[in-house]
Amino acid sequence: MAEATAGNTVLTTADGVPLKRKLRQTQQQMKRRAFGLVLPLLAFILITFVWPIGLMVYRSIDNPTVSESMPNATAALQAWDGSAGGLPPEEIYAIVARDLVQARKDKTVGKVATRLNYELPGSRSLITSSARKLSRIEEGPWKEAMTQADKKWGERQTWLAFQRVSARYTLGYYLAAVDMTYDEDGKLAAQSEERQIYVTLFLRTLWVSLFITVACIVLAYPISYLMATQPLRISNLLMILVLLPFWTSLLVRTTSWIVLLQTEGVLNDIMVALGLIGDENRVQMIYNMTGTIVAMVHILLPFMVLPLFSVMKTISPSYVRAAQSLGATPARAFWKVYFPQTVPGIGAGSILVFILAIGYYITPALVGGRTGQLISNFIAFHMQKSLNWGLAAALGGILLAGVLALYWLYNRIVGIDNMKLG
Amino acid sequence: MAGPPPYATPLDRAWYYGFRFICALIFLFLIAPILVIMPLSFNAEPYFTFTKGMLSLDSEAFSVRWYEDIITNQQWLHSIKNSFIVGISSTILATTLGTAAALGLSRSYLPYRSLIMGVLISPMIVPLIITAAGMYFFYSDLRLTQTFTGLILAHTVLGTPFVVITVTATLVGFDHSLTRAAQSLGADPTRTFFKVQMPLILPGVISGALFAFVTSFDEVVVVLFMAGFEQRTIPRQMWAGIREQISPTILAVATLLIIFSICLMTVLELLRRRNERLRGLSPG
Repeated sequence: MAEATAGNTVLTTADGVPLKRKLRQTQQQMKRRAFGLVLPLLAFILITFVWPIGLMVYRSIDNPTVSESMPNATAALQAWDGSAGGLPPEEIYAIVARDLVQARKDKTVGKVATRLNYELPGSRSLITSSARKLSRIEEGPWKEAMTQADKKWGERQTWLAFQRVSARYTLGYYLAAVDMTYDEDGKLAAQSEERQIYVTLFLRTLWVSLFITVACIVLAYPISYLMATQPLRISNLLMILVLLPFWTSLLVRTTSWIVLLQTEGVLNDIMVALGLIGDENRVQMIYNMTGTIVAMVHILLPFMVLPLFSVMKTISPSYVRAAQSLGATPARAFWKVYFPQTVPGIGAGSILVFILAIGYYITPALVGGRTGQLISNFIAFHMQKSLNWGLAAALGGILLAGVLALYWLYNRIVGIDNMKLG
Repeated sequence: MAGPPPYATPLDRAWYYGFRFICALIFLFLIAPILVIMPLSFNAEPYFTFTKGMLSLDSEAFSVRWYEDIITNQQWLHSIKNSFIVGISSTILATTLGTAAALGLSRSYLPYRSLIMGVLISPMIVPLIITAAGMYFFYSDLRLTQTFTGLILAHTVLGTPFVVITVTATLVGFDHSLTRAAQSLGADPTRTFFKVQMPLILPGVISGALFAFVTSFDEVVVVLFMAGFEQRTIPRQMWAGIREQISPTILAVATLLIIFSICLMTVLELLRRRNERLRGLSPG
């Protein structure tokens, strides 16, 4: 033991504990105390936020409907090798028929029908009516009986789809979310043209968010620069003009934009009064993509101004002066000396605005009309209207993955500790 | 603004005024929607635009009928009460939890510090629609949807990141020898906290609380998913107003909310100045 051989050179506390160990003990205790302070909130967030979101994303692969209400059929179908071609054998027909009848008695057949309908549109009645007809039949052969009840039971496509929906876990919702489907032979294929909406929607959301981010940079840069170069008294006054919208309710601001932009609204009235446009051809500026973009730029602009301003405030004007005294034109001095120093602010603001923009829901829902909807609105639609929760979860899962990646990037570049509020 | 320097060339002058003109337009873009809504809320007619009478400042064209509508309409009164109940309760919870966590997070020796920070801030980053959907399933399993408890807990989650951020920011550069000094003079940890740390971090705590309150007060997506008719808040009522039966009453509510946010902003600005004065930074 090093301590023993070192003899009386070991420093101890008053009660004889070696200092080294005592220090370690104290540090452990301090760590525990710090963790104890964080623990309540951490536990609260993990239980009521992280866990529920995890559960929701789990719904995107969870597929219990068919396997729970038709357990025997599920087992038989999962054992069937669908890729070999042809139709399943008579005993599978028999098991599925019995389970269908049973499911009808258990009143779960409707759910099975809905589930198969997501996978194979137009097959809702296939399940419900077959179950009804089969319940009157006592004896086989079941293949014949089922094909008679609905000729779709004689098609390979039906059976492949049924096999897929009976699996306990599915990637089907994710496939649907990227406009993919299975063709008649059970192979992956692109969704038919008129059903391809989600890839376009994701791309549209990305483009709109990118456009909004760029617009925010373009609008935030001059005013941040002005505020950063003015005396404190004036820059404080100008800051109020930025902070007031920031603190004003989202719904208030969205309402204002409706008032300003609608066809009978203030802006159109002004243009008509000035004779810029005729009274009969007022411009439709809201309930479409224009409305979404204008309102969102307005709402997100302060998130760009605040980080930009706080970076510009620290840039000493003497650098630009030095560049100019060395012969650089004002434009060159700005571009080569001033602008590079503001890049961290642009980066911080851009990631923040982009993150907030791609998940935006309220504004597009209120002023987006039919063409200004973003991905969040479709998640809400599947949550509340179509009740296709699996698809909502898959769309949400993709969106969440994107946002978390950007969040990670933001943390790497800016650091969440440096986030500025107000 | 003193004007361009005397040695400026005509081009410099043009740029000087041109730049200010562009900035003025951008500020106008920021503030116009807020300014336009206030006079319109006094419109005597049920329109969303300025009438001829309003433009000629005819007193007949103005009225407070939409404000009267708020105070006589049970639904609005109910939603105002709900907003304050949910807002204040969730703010108290969020501020308590968030301040404690920020105190722990300000210690650099806390294990997994940046990971924990990342998790605690995430409710601010995750799109609200995903949060709302997740919480909807979670709270319906607990039978807490359409209850105040569920809504308050949900809004607490959304408010905590703001408290954590503002309090952590106040604690940056906090001199921990102050607490050690207090303790060496015989104060127990509780006393040290309330007598030494708390007064110094108070501006951060209050501004965090204000952020948490505004977050709850302005939140509509989670309310849309979780609240029943009984728990309708002001934003939910406005949402219904915009989508279903558009009436200038929402302009009157909007004006009141703007005045409310001006008050909050003033409080926050005063706090910021006090904080900078306390920490010996230049005022402003």
